[in-house]
Amino acid sequence: MTVLNVLSALFLLAGAGFCLAGTVGVLRFPDVYCRLHALTKVDNLGLGLVVVGLSLEAGSWATALKLFLVWFLVLISSAFTCQLIARAALRRGVGAWGGSRES
Amino acid sequence: MMDVLLDGGLALSLPFLAWLVLHTEALSQAVVLFVAMGLMSALAWARLEAPDIALVEAAVGTGLTGALLMHTLSWTEETTPESHTRATRWVWDILAASALTGVLGWAVLVLPTDSKGLGPEVAARLADSGVEHPVTAVLLNFRGYDTLLEIAVLLVAALGARAVNPRTDRPSLETEDDPLTGELFRMMTPAVLLLAGYLVWVGAHGPGGAFQAGAILAGGGVVAILTTRMGTPRMSSRRVRWALLTGPLLFVAVAVAPLFTGGRLLEFTPRLAGTLIFVVELALTVTITLVLLMFFPGARPPKVEPEGTP
Repeated sequence: MTVLNVLSALFLLAGAGFCLAGTVGVLRFPDVYCRLHALTKVDNLGLGLVVVGLSLEAGSWATALKLFLVWFLVLISSAFTCQLIARAALRRGVGAWGGSRES
Repeated sequence: MMDVLLDGGLALSLPFLAWLVLHTEALSQAVVLFVAMGLMSALAWARLEAPDIALVEAAVGTGLTGALLMHTLSWTEETTPESHTRATRWVWDILAASALTGVLGWAVLVLPTDSKGLGPEVAARLADSGVEHPVTAVLLNFRGYDTLLEIAVLLVAALGARAVNPRTDRPSLETEDDPLTGELFRMMTPAVLLLAGYLVWVGAHGPGGAFQAGAILAGGGVVAILTTRMGTPRMSSRRVRWALLTGPLLFVAVAVAPLFTGGRLLEFTPRLAGTLIFVVELALTVTITLVLLMFFPGARPPKVEPEGTP
């Protein structure tokens, strides 16, 4: 159990925590826009932390670079899909949450 | 311990997702669940140490099929089915499902457990095949005949898809000058091309090859159809026809060539095998990309008014 192992485990756990928070957000937030926010923002950070944790254990630069490439591509695609879905929802007239609890 | 947890989670979630796909009321939910199930089964293939199948499952089974389903969904007007109209003969469903499961389980259990399969034989002749990856060696060299016929089947499938799909030049007018989607296309294209090229090249000594590369290129093509002015490829275009025929023609040429020098059909000399396989894979990639792209209809068909409505 080296320092590197511990560091990697900490990053992985933090990443998993962020992903969990994002998932809870998707399930609990009131409208499409809030849910998109929870999913794309928080999951990007969560995946980034997981990638950092994994690349600490990867053992080779090539593998670590590939992992970061995966993260980079996910960043691009989730940024775009978030905007596209939000705009499609806006175009269809999906209203935003007014800020009041119904129950 | 972790392995058991992971495999157990997969084994439980796959049938559960399949059940959910069949039982959701809303079509859009079913499509999303289907995509989720595809990703899970890609993971399952990866866990079964079949990365080639995992790649194809993720790219074709989930990515492209998901895109097709989503697109089809946008054509249909979703109506929530009434729950009363559901078939209530679930007893028969359960009986049939358990009978099928029983037969399949029996078929698996009667397989000889101590058989080594064909793996050792492939491994023994791998040096002659020209490639280092056993899957590529089997697909393009040892069983090249199967792959050749498969490509022919894909061509016929593309013909069928074009016969059914409406022919369109341009998907929609509103995406035309959209900065967002245009930028997405510009940013993704180099990555898609690089990845596809890498997959063809890596097929010689690792998981990858023409099918995976073609599927990824076709995915990029779907993005292009949806976001740029490029319409779906048209069968009437001479270039499209030649591109469709690249793979089969080259494969047939490579297959027939040994006949003239006294060899047998599809017999590659070990010295040239590596190069030949690479060239054939490149050509097949072009064909597979176009065939898969042909399946994707560009725009929603003109709405047909139901008979009788004023």
